This record gives sequence, structure tokens and C-alpha cells, in this order.
Amino acid sequence: MSHELGAPIVVIDAIEKRFGALVVLRDISLTVRRGECVCVIGPSGSGKSTLLRAINALVPVSKGSIRVDGIEVNDPDLDKLALRRKVGIVFQQYNLFPHKTALENVMMAPLHVLKQPKDEVEARARRLLAKVRLSDKEGAYPGELSGGQQQRVAIARSLAMNPTLMLFDEVTAALDPETKKEVLVTIRELAAEGMTCMLVTHEMGFAAEVADHIYFTDGGTIVEHGPPAEFFKNARHERTRAFLDQVL
Amino acid sequence: MGSMQAIADWFKWLAGAHGINVSIAYDAFDRARFLTGLSTTVWLSVACIVLSILVGLVGAWLQGARSPLVRAAVAGFVQFFRNTPPLVQLAFFYFAVSAALPMVTDQFGARVPLVNNVGWAVISFSLFAGAFNIEIFRSGIEAVPQATTEAAEALGYTRLQSYIYVVFPLAFRICLPALGNNLVNLVKTTTLAYAIGVPELLYAAAQVWSETFNVREMMVVLLLTYVAIVAVLVWFMQRWERRLRIPGYNA
Repeated sequence: MSHELGAPIVVIDAIEKRFGALVVLRDISLTVRRGECVCVIGPSGSGKSTLLRAINALVPVSKGSIRVDGIEVNDPDLDKLALRRKVGIVFQQYNLFPHKTALENVMMAPLHVLKQPKDEVEARARRLLAKVRLSDKEGAYPGELSGGQQQRVAIARSLAMNPTLMLFDEVTAALDPETKKEVLVTIRELAAEGMTCMLVTHEMGFAAEVADHIYFTDGGTIVEHGPPAEFFKNARHERTRAFLDQVL
Repeated sequence: MGSMQAIADWFKWLAGAHGINVSIAYDAFDRARFLTGLSTTVWLSVACIVLSILVGLVGAWLQGARSPLVRAAVAGFVQFFRNTPPLVQLAFFYFAVSAALPMVTDQFGARVPLVNNVGWAVISFSLFAGAFNIEIFRSGIEAVPQATTEAAEALGYTRLQSYIYVVFPLAFRICLPALGNNLVNLVKTTTLAYAIGVPELLYAAAQVWSETFNVREMMVVLLLTYVAIVAVLVWFMQRWERRLRIPGYNA
């Protein structure tokens, strides 16, 4: 996707994550600029999801620095609310609140966390559901929606917080090919509008199409990275080529 | 009124002709005593249900506290009230704790205990059932998927907000059947208040039969009354469960 890229929003510098003796992330550095769409690909267990979760402090890192729009995440005095207002995340399993309707799911955080007035929140929630093409499902409960519909509600729910950065953690991995497409269309539109996005994905075709920059991780490190055209055609590393041969 | 009188007359005839003496059906004095007992039991049950649920809510919340001291205190509370007989707890409060508290002067100038027997019954049963409620709510909270609370966390919810708006509403639905069982037990446990002279149903029935000598009849009346009270509670709990049912969600 081609659009103007702005100042860096996420600057990750030499982070390390250990679970006991196990090193999950090792010396990872990367930058995401405003308006950029970055895809992280790699085999399962390569630390992609952990990397994404570290950015909004769902997983604390052991070493290094993560700066999100001026906020240092690896800081014991981190203002988590300030960080999470800036960063939206969408999960593989949608994780909607099952006891609330689609509309209520989108409204909850702005009401409870940001304490915004209800009429305003409701109007925006309706607009967001329209944006993900679910206006007719406002009153449906998550259990009454398909996986793809639930995932689009989850995207709307994150957008309701007006984030500066959206993280997508394998958001289509649990979906069948047809519903997968609905979700990918939504993400593509967001990226086209200039939303800063970071995706962990196994959808190579989609990554090639939507990403400004691709990172390939394996064994907790970044093996190589580059713009999609270059990355998919001329991977420099043996490991990257082996992976791409398997999945493409 | 005519039919009421007819029923009373029939019971009077039954007592005279067959010796089956349901005195509360025709004797105004016995009936008044029995109804007082009934209203005391209902009042006691409702107060204990509300308070024990509160104890359960707060306790379950504190069980997830960061301080190990607070968690240990909750665990100790649960162990104590769950592992000792409620009658002993009641006696402990009424005879041991009450004696240790200062006396106060009531409106007639008499020296009376700070908390009377009804007060101790409410406190004692609420803590007893509350200890079980803590465990019941905890099982519900543990059944809420961590991914759901993580989603709330990622949206900026604090632990308390996530508990109020996400975890608890789901946990409550999951543990409602278990809660219903415990509340049924609580209603039946209120009869123990008889031991410290609280004029609840069993106490009232005993008063009636010790004067009217109709132990057998009053026992039957007593059992049937509890069947009715518990039936109302169960009906209410089932209605509540149905009301809270989430379309498309099986908890």
C-alpha cells in the first residue's frame, strides 16, 4: 500500500522476553511509522504473538525498550490506561463479551473506561458497526454471530477507543475461507485509510498486498525484513526461503 | 370470609372428631404466633441471603487481591466458617462474642447487649453461608475464560472495572445453580436460631405444640411450610436464571 508514512509510532529496541529459561524473544528491534502497515510472519512458536502482546503490555518484556507514541512500555510505573487508549488489539478468538450485544460490546470501553457521554458513544458505535458492515446485527449477541461477524465486531470494539495503532493477532486463523475474506476486507480498508497497523498473520497473499513492510521471525529473532515486493521475491536468508517455499 | 370460617370450622371438627388438632387453622392465638414465626423466618432468610451474597462478592474479589496477606485472610475465613458446625458458630457469637462486647442502654433505660439474638443469628448465618458463597463465586470466576478478561484489560479496564462489567456478570451466570443450592441450605439453617430464642418458625411451632399438645400435627405443618418457602426461593432462582440466559451462549 502506498501512502505517506509519518513519524515513528512504535520503536522497539533490543527487547528480550524470557519465560523462565526459555527465551521467546531475543534482541528484537523494529520501527512502525504512522500510517504504516507492518506484517510479522513466521512459523508457529517463533514469538510473533508475544511480540505483539508486548507492545500493549499484555506481556511484560525482560529487557530492552518499547516506545509507543512517546510512552515507554517497559517501565514499572507505566500508565497502562494511557497506553491502551493508544493501542487497540484484536485477538485470534475475538474474545467479545458474550453477555452483551454487538452494539454494547462496541460501547462498553468508551463508556466505562473513557467515561464518554452515552449518546455520543452510541452514535459512534453505530457508525463503527456500519463501517464493518454489521448494522443489521447491532442487537445480536456474540453467540448468535458467525466467527467472521464476531471478529468484525471485535475490530469495531477496538476502533471505538480511537486508537493510534491497531494490533491484529492472527485474527483470521480461526475462520473459514469465506468469513476470513470479510475480515481481511475490513483490515484492508483500515490500512487504506491510513490506520497504523501491525499484523501477525499466516495469510501470505494478504500480507504481500496490504503490508508496507514485512518482518520474518523465527526462534524469537527477526531473521530478515523488507518491503513485500523484495521480501517475497528475493529473500536473502536460507531460513526465510525454506519457510516461504512451504507456505506459498 | 365465609369460606375462611368454613375451613376453620372444618379443622375444629377434625380436632374434635378425629383428634387431629391443627390448632393454627382455627385458633386465632396459635395462628398469630405461627404467622409471627413465619414472618421472622422469611425476614431472617431474606436478610441472610442478601448479606451472604455480599460477603461472597467481596470475599471472591479479595481472593484475587495482590496482597498475599489479604488472600490468606480470606482463605482462613472460608476455612473457619465452612469447617465448623453452624450451630456452634451461632453459640460462639451469642455466648462468647456477645459477652465480650459492651452493653448499651435501650430506650427504656435497660442495659441490653449491643447486638440481640436476632442480630447474632443474621450475622452468624450470613458469614456461614457467605463462606460457601465465596467458594461458589470463585468457581464461577475461574470459569470465565482468561482471554475474555484479557480483552477487557487490553481495552483499558482496571481490575475492578473488569470484575464489575465483565468477570462478575459472566461468573454469576455460571454459578447461579450452585448459589441456589447454598441459599436453599441457608433458609433451612435459619431454624438453628431456635437455639438462641429467636422466634422463627420452629420456635413458634414449639410454642404452639407445648401448649396445645399437637406435636405431630405441628411437625407436619412445619415441614410443609418449609417445602413451600423453599419452593418459592427455587422458583425465584429459576426465573432469575432464565432472565440472565444469554442467547447463543452456553455457560
